[in-house]
Amino acid sequence: MADRAMIEIQSVSKYYGIYKALDEVSLSISEGEFFSLLGPSGCGKTTLLRSIAGFETPTEGEILIDGVPSVDLPPNRRPTNMVFQNYAIFPHLDVSENVAYGLKRLRLSAEEERKRVADALDQVRLSGLGKRKAHELSGGQRQRVALARALVMRPKVLLLDEPLSALDKKLREEMQVELRMLQKAVGITFVLVTHDQYEALALSDRIAVMFGGRIAQIATPKEIYQRPRTRKVADFLGGMNFLTAKVLGERDDAVSVDAARFGAVSLDKPQGFAAANGEVTIGIRPERLRLLWDDDRAPHELAGRIENRAYFGEVTHLMIDVEGLEQPLSMVETNNYGADDLPIGAEIRLAYDPDAFVLLAEDEAVRRI
Amino acid sequence: MSLLTRRLAFLPWLPAYVAVYFLFLYLPILLIPIFSFNNAATTTFPLAGFTTKWYGTLAGNGAMLEAARNSFVVGVCVAVLSTTLGICAARAITRYRFRGQKAAAGLIMAPLFLPEIIVAVSLLMIVLALGVQLSLITVILGQTVFCVPYAMSVLVSGFEGFDRSLEEASYDLGETALGTFRRVTLPVVAPAIVSSLLVTFTISLDEFILAFFLSGTEPTLPVYIWGQLRFAAKLPGVLALGTIMIAASILMLTLAEILRRRAENRTRIALT
Amino acid sequence: MTTAAFGTIAETPSASRRGSWMRSEEARGLAMISPTFLYALALLFLPVLIVLAYSFWTQDYLDIDRTFTLENYRQALTEPIYRDLFVRSLWISLSVSIATVVFSYPIAWFISFHGGVHRNLWLFLVTVPCWTSYLLRVMSWKVILGYGGVMNTGLISLGVIDQPLTSLLYNSNAVVITLVHSWAAFAILPIYVSLQKIDRTLIEAARDLGDSRIRAFLRVTLPLSLPGVISAFLIVMIPTVGDFVTPRLVGGKDGVMIATAIQAQFGKAANWPLGAALSVTTMVLVSLAAASVVFALRFAVRRIR
Repeated sequence: MADRAMIEIQSVSKYYGIYKALDEVSLSISEGEFFSLLGPSGCGKTTLLRSIAGFETPTEGEILIDGVPSVDLPPNRRPTNMVFQNYAIFPHLDVSENVAYGLKRLRLSAEEERKRVADALDQVRLSGLGKRKAHELSGGQRQRVALARALVMRPKVLLLDEPLSALDKKLREEMQVELRMLQKAVGITFVLVTHDQYEALALSDRIAVMFGGRIAQIATPKEIYQRPRTRKVADFLGGMNFLTAKVLGERDDAVSVDAARFGAVSLDKPQGFAAANGEVTIGIRPERLRLLWDDDRAPHELAGRIENRAYFGEVTHLMIDVEGLEQPLSMVETNNYGADDLPIGAEIRLAYDPDAFVLLAEDEAVRRI
Repeated sequence: MSLLTRRLAFLPWLPAYVAVYFLFLYLPILLIPIFSFNNAATTTFPLAGFTTKWYGTLAGNGAMLEAARNSFVVGVCVAVLSTTLGICAARAITRYRFRGQKAAAGLIMAPLFLPEIIVAVSLLMIVLALGVQLSLITVILGQTVFCVPYAMSVLVSGFEGFDRSLEEASYDLGETALGTFRRVTLPVVAPAIVSSLLVTFTISLDEFILAFFLSGTEPTLPVYIWGQLRFAAKLPGVLALGTIMIAASILMLTLAEILRRRAENRTRIALT
Repeated sequence: MTTAAFGTIAETPSASRRGSWMRSEEARGLAMISPTFLYALALLFLPVLIVLAYSFWTQDYLDIDRTFTLENYRQALTEPIYRDLFVRSLWISLSVSIATVVFSYPIAWFISFHGGVHRNLWLFLVTVPCWTSYLLRVMSWKVILGYGGVMNTGLISLGVIDQPLTSLLYNSNAVVITLVHSWAAFAILPIYVSLQKIDRTLIEAARDLGDSRIRAFLRVTLPLSLPGVISAFLIVMIPTVGDFVTPRLVGGKDGVMIATAIQAQFGKAANWPLGAALSVTTMVLVSLAAASVVFALRFAVRRIR
């Protein structure tokens, strides 16, 4: 990628006493990118975001914003603006005054200010609500005010701290689409913090998955989902069937393993691969296992028995007991063909594609990206 | 009342108890206005007819008006001083974390847990030992010590409800620390501040012991009343004065509570 | 009014190694609290220290003899008149605080658990009487309990008694009643605050596990509300022991309290050191008494299984 780096995080660490919130985190965010920080609570993603905004100061390391070392800059002097998790709408000002808040210091003419505020409100589809007060707005509306207020400042980077977590599912999905379109329209760099994997997958150009103050993987959504690096990353995004497999042989770019009932499988060898005691962890996503009906045949098959199932409307999740495998396999089938009618205890056959397996590293072994 | 009694079926005496309690609380205080309009010089039942003549005697009473003026001046000064000190302390406690925080808060709140006479006596000693004359100023200084804990209680709850993210948002949008204080912090906690002013003014107005010990020749209203109590004939006049004071106190405190509540609601809804 | 001031500490990051706008977090906090703290130091702590110092000196007319002596304490602790006053004051403050807490608890409980949406209104109505002048409230009790007062003339006109009762006023009972009335609302607040903090689902769990309402109250609500009860107790007991106005107005000879003696030392009797010693002794005694009651309370509550 030849894009210019808008944000560079260089070996940033943050300690609270002996507690490490961030452990030598390094990453680079390009100009115009929609970048997400994804991870469970306590993984450090919010600390990292707030460090970019200027509300936390790293104990070690440097942060460059548009090439400028910014760790010593206070938040009001950085070209970033933040949308807070609780929106932080000033309760004593109405919507227009809230949006115009940051513009006051620029001393624009009244006309210019009014225009900018109106444009910002149009952009987030809140035109005409300028005179309302915070407590008269719904959650979704307040969120848009927060967005407008930040965007009207024309920052180089927009930081979003779990902006959709307070909204209910339907509204959240609507807002996700809007957010994506907004970013494309405005064209600036967005950095989003979320614990919702689907949100990150849907919105981002690239995702950084974090655990315990460290980055586990940075990649595009597709890559992260289909080629997770570590067990934790694989487990965090979507479901995953894990298997321990014995290494049969290694070549330059591939490893072959004995995947028990699945037979011998050849996998791409990732960078820095190291097997522990000749064993590795491999995984296959539940949706990559396919039910075979009636006389269907497939090149790679397995027989099993339905141990459990759960109905989810669009799909049914099945737990399949396969002889020789310690853990039951998790499968996801669409309900178009009657998967939801299969009773518990039914004997079924499933098909799999050996290329769908991924080789997973242990998280402790992955120290640096 | 039926829903209430249904839920409290297992405690049938509780609503009655609450009623009796409120009666016990309010009745003595209500007696003062009742007898201030009573056409008799003694406080005995049955009542002897309605009159406002006791209030009339107040108007020409120079000493009382003087004391009222003193009370007002002292009250305003105490309110401003204790609220200002309260703002500093409340903000320090809710915004920052520093060593000795609990100890400092403990010292400031101590007057709530001390007998007033000890506070009065110790202040008297230090004032006289320094050779300072007793005057309204000493009263102001003393009452402030006593009022600061109350101011702090009101202000701390006002500041606590004030989400830190509002200030962060202001910084994020380019405002300086001073500008943020002026444009965001102050307006949002303003109702708590006004509430604190009203509460401390009322406390100062009603306060007796510190005023008694620390005032020189200029009495405040409670001290004036104390002086009048030895004269049985003056009792109805005192009751009239007392009624006015009670009415004023209740009015100001109701106002303070309404303000506080409205602001609290506004901030709470806006930040959920 | 809340007693929450003690429990608030902001969540902020500690000072980092780098210089930044937030570096002097602690310094700013200290600077912010210093005006108030110094004020309290100068006008509360210092004077109390001076009282302590004076208690070890003697006064001869207007001259203060600064040689260290325990004479004042000897007088305070051994002379029967003072001993009598101490005992009576402690006894009165103990009765008042126990009565107040016991009478106020049900009200606090009622407002907390059955106050509904108008909870704050109830609370406000309960505390409004407190906010009137203390002097006036005591006066009103004088009006009620007097020989020709409301109670007597009311009962006479109702035909309940023929002669006015003299036992109502000018004794320690009158003092206790008046003080209970004065402090009643103050005690409600801390109890209410701690009752509010109790997670309602805990009580539901107790009921679910078989407890009757009374048992659930004794085993869950009461112990969890103990901090508020103790707080209320201290708020009433300690200031009451030094009450000055009530004994003077309604106490008569039987209801004299230590504050009267203390005040006398600063008026005509002009014996500041003795006044100081009496003050210090009062504080120590009431602290000990309060501590033992709190201890007893905790012990008793813990025994409830």
